[in-house]
Amino acid sequence: MATSAAVSAPPRRGARAFVRRLRSGDEIARLITLAFATSILLVTVGLVYELWSTSSLARQKFGLSFLTSSTWDPVAGQFGALPFIYGTVITSVIALLIAVPIGLGAAIFLAELAPARLSSAFTFFIELLAAVPSVIYGTLAWFTLVPLMRDYVDPFLKKTLGFLPMFSGTIFGYGYLTAGAILAIMTLPFIISISREALLEVPVEQREAALALGATRWESTWQAVVPWARLGIFGSVFLALARALGETMAVTMVIGNDPSIHASLFAPGYAIAAILANEFTEATGDIYLQSLVCLGLVLFLLTIVINALARLLIIATTRRGSAHP
Amino acid sequence: MTLRNRWRKTLSYFMLSLTGVCAVVAVSLLFLILGILVYNGWQSVDWNFFTKLPKPPGETGSGMANAIVGSLEIVLLATIMGLPVGFMAGVYLSEFGGKTFAFLIRYMADLLNGVPSIVIGIFVWTVVVRRYHFSAIAGAVALALILIPITARSTEQFMSMVPQTLREGALALGASKWRAIATVVVPAAYRGIATGMILGVARISGETAPLLFTSLNNQFWGGGLSDQTASLPVMVYTHAMAPYDDWHRQAWAAGLVLLFGVLLANIAARLILSRGIAVQK
Amino acid sequence: MSPNEPMIMSTANLPSASPAAGKPVKHPGKLKAVNLDFYYGAYQALHDISLEVPANRITALIGPSGCGKSTFLRTLNRISETIRNTRVEGQVLLDDEDVMQVDVTALRRRVGMVFQKSNPFPKSIFDNVAYGLKVNGFPGSLKDAVEHSLKRAALWEEVKDKLQKSAYALSGGQQQRLCIARALAVDPEVLLLDEPCSALDPIATAKIEDLLFVLKDQCTIVIVTHNMQQAARVADRTGFFLLGKLIEYNTTEIIFKNPTKQETEDYITGRFG
Repeated sequence: MATSAAVSAPPRRGARAFVRRLRSGDEIARLITLAFATSILLVTVGLVYELWSTSSLARQKFGLSFLTSSTWDPVAGQFGALPFIYGTVITSVIALLIAVPIGLGAAIFLAELAPARLSSAFTFFIELLAAVPSVIYGTLAWFTLVPLMRDYVDPFLKKTLGFLPMFSGTIFGYGYLTAGAILAIMTLPFIISISREALLEVPVEQREAALALGATRWESTWQAVVPWARLGIFGSVFLALARALGETMAVTMVIGNDPSIHASLFAPGYAIAAILANEFTEATGDIYLQSLVCLGLVLFLLTIVINALARLLIIATTRRGSAHP
Repeated sequence: MTLRNRWRKTLSYFMLSLTGVCAVVAVSLLFLILGILVYNGWQSVDWNFFTKLPKPPGETGSGMANAIVGSLEIVLLATIMGLPVGFMAGVYLSEFGGKTFAFLIRYMADLLNGVPSIVIGIFVWTVVVRRYHFSAIAGAVALALILIPITARSTEQFMSMVPQTLREGALALGASKWRAIATVVVPAAYRGIATGMILGVARISGETAPLLFTSLNNQFWGGGLSDQTASLPVMVYTHAMAPYDDWHRQAWAAGLVLLFGVLLANIAARLILSRGIAVQK
Repeated sequence: MSPNEPMIMSTANLPSASPAAGKPVKHPGKLKAVNLDFYYGAYQALHDISLEVPANRITALIGPSGCGKSTFLRTLNRISETIRNTRVEGQVLLDDEDVMQVDVTALRRRVGMVFQKSNPFPKSIFDNVAYGLKVNGFPGSLKDAVEHSLKRAALWEEVKDKLQKSAYALSGGQQQRLCIARALAVDPEVLLLDEPCSALDPIATAKIEDLLFVLKDQCTIVIVTHNMQQAARVADRTGFFLLGKLIEYNTTEIIFKNPTKQETEDYITGRFG
């Protein structure tokens, strides 16, 4: 009957094996699911292609100076990305400066101090924050946060820190600082959620070793537990950053829509996502539109890089199970 | 106790209480948001809201019926387009994937998940709207493109959590691979898969940016799926930014309804998941 | 029958609706390994295994952890193929047919398997036992077939009132007997058991061993066990594996009382393992 020659384990070789698999339906199932999976590939490739080709006019005309020019003049046909990159980055940085300390603090509390049920309940509510749509954050920011900033927070900052250029200037209520503030609230749940998980993975022995040496509870947490989880915490920060960079509606509603660069945080500015939301459908003329698409490309690349970094950090945590010095 | 030790101890209490404050602040944000929305919006959420069309500012009896129906249409269409694709892709990644190709797909899916939704909107604009016109279908395509990678990854995640021994048990009884997947693996993972799907749909129903240049908006009932269509998130945006108090009230109401729906779906999904894991030994 | 799939079963082989209880059914099924090598990637896990499993007997495979006995067992129903990058050289013959040349799902209907840790599906007790029957297209009464299997597995009395309950509601020992019932439902000619009692208490173990004695009249049994006493209790023939090689294979009595190889004797007397 059959030869006893080396037979590699199916289902890899041979037309006969293929037909057999086909008949059993396995191959069909594999091909169908493969087709659907390939669609993801196609979409990604298509996305990159369209972004690239639909911005070709702008790229040809401006080249890399697109990234450094701060002129945005649709009438004259001159477009530069700098004010928007500036606004996007500044608001995200402000968001992180506010959200990381609060988020890390909350994560420490939930992972180290709170009893398990309280921790789960709190985490449940905090994670629901992440589900609130951006436009709702924007509405809240516009009607509630802006007056708050204008009437209380900004004047206070101006009075106390007004010697710094970033806290001087006219107060409008909307602008970089307010946008940063609402972004902080939006990114908070991500920082808390991921940092908390990173902290929970820290072996209990780490904290106990510190305590056994006479450290206070805070010292053992801050000096032993948190450093161990630092890769995951950094990962959460990068993830939050990536989300902040791409957030559209909330930022659009409170940033002030001024395509120039200001040193003062009270001043209105612009972000990439915001100008896309506002002007994309109004853009007349190819160069205008293509410059906007080029902005979209810049945002796309920015978020990919940050996301990739975030994932590397988070994967590094889970794979090694500890922070490496 | 030395002075230094007393200082350390005080610092410890202080810092730890501070973390508690942070946690309380974070949690109360959710209730604060809900509270503000309810306070500002509840009065305008009336029968008119659900049945009438938007009226010019100053007129009474304004509603957002077209936006509610429009959102339902667009989200439903997006779900029909996106869920099966995402689910199948997830099945591929978990059950059939070869090493390199599956890695590539996974990477692309994560990439797409990280792309700002407004960029997706631009993409759909270039591919669909530029060739045809603004339409509910275009909006649905944009939302589907967001839904697909989310669903794929979450389906894959839950299916790979099913222990290998369950698959082998089915195969050992003479089931073919696809049969084992369909009758044993998927049922074993269905809670997680369903949760992922619900969360994904809830997420896209709140998305505004991708709709801004695909389905646009419409003050009236649209001419069907191939026409510009109103949607709740876009309505919230346009009405909030308008200079009329009437419209602001409508924006609050719409926001309240939208948030309510999204939160409800999220809570339901999470409850399903947590109960499921408890049952599954 | 097509030449590629000589082992497609005819419905005559499926348990009929009114089986004769307890009557020994002689299956001609003999299982033979001929110069079998097995590789995980580049690593060779089995070296030149040749052994013959007699029909209607219990054959035990013993040896220290990692010696390859489970790996060998899993080649017999080709479940080893679910792991990537594995390769088989040599042959496994069922009734003198090379198992690699036949439809794997038909093979697995004839050669059933019970796993080390019980793995009932997240379905009801009834649906678990009926699964193999449904998948293989059983034309008769599922209810009767399920009852018959549960009786064969000595589980019927304990579950007959709760067939619709989840399989996970059963105890560990019951779940394993459920898995045996599930495997028996398709009336296999050979039953492979991979350390079936390792996670069970002595009472549950005894129940399963008693079961095997009754079952061997109806099918051929191959059991992997790390428990030598179990092998001594139940097996007619025993094979001793070490480092991927079959050191010695003989009647249980000879293996345990009068082994020919030194390694066998060392293992039996507890000098290692």
